[in-house]
Amino acid sequence: MTDNPFAETSLYKWGMVIDQDLCIGCQACVTACAMENNVSFVGETDADYGRTMHWLYIERFWEGEYPHVKSTPFQPLLCQHCEHAPCEPVCPVFAAVHSLSQKTNLQVYNRCVGTRYCANNCPYQVREFNWRDYPRPDPLPNMLHPDVTVRRRGIMEKCTFCLQRLLQAEDKAGAEGREFVDGEVVTACAQVCPTEAIVFGRIDDPESQVSRLKRDGRAVILLEELGTLPSITYLKGGSSYGRSG
Amino acid sequence: MVAAAEPLEQAHPMETELQHEHLMLDPRPRGEMNGMVMEAMHTRTWKFWLIAILLGISVVVNLVIAWGYLIAEGLGVAGVNKPVYWGIFLVNTVYWIGISHAGTFVSALLRVMKAEFRRPFTRAAELLTTFGLIQAGFSIFMHLGRVWLAYWLFPYPNIRTIWPNFHSPLGWDFLAINTYLMASTMYLFLPLIPDLAMARDRSTGWRKVFYRLLSLGFRGTEGEWTHLRTAMTIFAWAIIPVMFSVHTIVAWDFAAATRPGWSSTVFGPYFVVGALQSGIAAVGMVVVLIRATMKNMKYFIRPEHLDGIGKLMLVVSMIWAYFFFQDYMVQWYGGDKFTKMLLEFHEKGPMGWMWFLMLIFNVAVPLLTLWNKKIRRNPALLFTIGVLINIAMWFERYIIIPTSLTINRMPFTWKIYVPKIEILLSIGTFSLFILIYMLAARLIPLVPVWEVQEGQVAHGIRKLGKATVKTVGEIE
Repeated sequence: MTDNPFAETSLYKWGMVIDQDLCIGCQACVTACAMENNVSFVGETDADYGRTMHWLYIERFWEGEYPHVKSTPFQPLLCQHCEHAPCEPVCPVFAAVHSLSQKTNLQVYNRCVGTRYCANNCPYQVREFNWRDYPRPDPLPNMLHPDVTVRRRGIMEKCTFCLQRLLQAEDKAGAEGREFVDGEVVTACAQVCPTEAIVFGRIDDPESQVSRLKRDGRAVILLEELGTLPSITYLKGGSSYGRSG
Repeated sequence: MVAAAEPLEQAHPMETELQHEHLMLDPRPRGEMNGMVMEAMHTRTWKFWLIAILLGISVVVNLVIAWGYLIAEGLGVAGVNKPVYWGIFLVNTVYWIGISHAGTFVSALLRVMKAEFRRPFTRAAELLTTFGLIQAGFSIFMHLGRVWLAYWLFPYPNIRTIWPNFHSPLGWDFLAINTYLMASTMYLFLPLIPDLAMARDRSTGWRKVFYRLLSLGFRGTEGEWTHLRTAMTIFAWAIIPVMFSVHTIVAWDFAAATRPGWSSTVFGPYFVVGALQSGIAAVGMVVVLIRATMKNMKYFIRPEHLDGIGKLMLVVSMIWAYFFFQDYMVQWYGGDKFTKMLLEFHEKGPMGWMWFLMLIFNVAVPLLTLWNKKIRRNPALLFTIGVLINIAMWFERYIIIPTSLTINRMPFTWKIYVPKIEILLSIGTFSLFILIYMLAARLIPLVPVWEVQEGQVAHGIRKLGKATVKTVGEIE
């Protein structure tokens, strides 16, 4: 970091643990994410076409045909914030960049020209494209989060780990001249999860809750074989529900 | 032809046959030949105008209006969707860049290899390059989400000191296509100068002004010819590696990605061969078309030229089959779960018919027909085979881009791509291509007449004992 003159002081490395054995698939995280981050509602036609926009969505797989269905646990899927992210190098205009400070993947909306290369190259398929300018009828604009850019048509967007919350917490801790306290800030999805399946925190601190959970025997990294080094760890295989074979 | 044959009235029948067969051995007076080219350029029938007007309407409706609607509404009006983020626009881009390879291949490579049959149709091929690249450029701009910001891809100095990302294959692609467009336009222009000067001397009115400006005051002095030849030699050699690099870099757009079916190390050369496959077939089609529709072209373009193009098509088709097998074999043997699923999807999925037609048109048809001299020399058949190869190569790009994007490592997102407004815009680019080609054919001499004359000076018929033989002299 130090050889980069533009590098901001690197403080924390953020990460997330998602316990699939605890996830009940209630979609509260999906809703909270959309509210927090001004994610557009695409409307009936486009939703029908398969263009629903979510930074976070719940995947559900099953094996076999009804009635002999063996289901797998719910899998909340969001940007994995890879350390070695395939989306970043392919962007021709530096719209998909790595934050040296938060160590997350950023999408600079104002810089994006919409080549959609990043979305093709994302093995997790978690990037969302604004296919149109989606309308927000009148009371809805009052609901927009003032700290989050509203995106227009033709650009790519994705989960930011609720960057606005992280910056606020970091600023607060910095202003008070103290280290950041674990659990002081959580993402919107983690905040609303009723079963606390989503845990967010510093993974550079070995004593944080998220780091302890990462050491759990059930820990799985999604598509680990690709070497993308995600910041998100899944826990899976402990419950009777999730035990697949 | 009668005029040329007369002085050789007492000629051996073998000589007459050779003259009938080879353009290079059938010289005509320079003035007459220049007049023939000018006449071909000036003849415009009502059919020409009818087709031009229809194409013009098609361009306005399918390109201007449809594209305007696309820009105003956003890409939502196109069929592209998650996970198939790249659709027919990119298919067309790769296809047109492939077509554009023909000009350089036929012109530059055959020029430096001194393949004499190239002489009358190098310009027809070079026009394919420049005009094909224009369509490729349009297609890639259509595909952008915010096309009005496309200039951000240029490395231009700006107050924010942000440059384009030189790590991105798309950035390389942008630079490579621009380099190729500029180099190939220069390469089209250089051999055109003497012909423009010829046209200048033979025309009046606005055409005179037009040719005078474009011919840059060429008078045909010794020094001018020397400089022209030097420049052309440099360009011919230099543009060949550019040609190879362009389509290799286009292939890297796919090969550098982490997707199953794309991440293939053989994609670079495979794409170059694919480009030549469609490009040479396109040259065959264009040559047949101008021979059939333009005046005096039957003198310049003879069955021997169709024969040469047919042979090239056959050889390139074999090479393409080899590379296809190489690509398929290694991916299949590799045993990656998703790659295997994808290969199965190519064949058995809803787009499976495309995969089979691609192999039939690209391999079976050329290999079963083009070995036959009679078929190669038949304009209608050669044209048909060219059309089939071009359809197959378009299918090949369709299979590589939208069909392969359907399958990824997240089965939850799989979705079939159905094109919407892309179809209109594709028709628009094809119409624009044909339209500007037609107009250009009436505006610039389509036959590099000085090159034909140069070749005819170099070629001769000699008697060697009792045998009648073709001889070629070195000019440069």
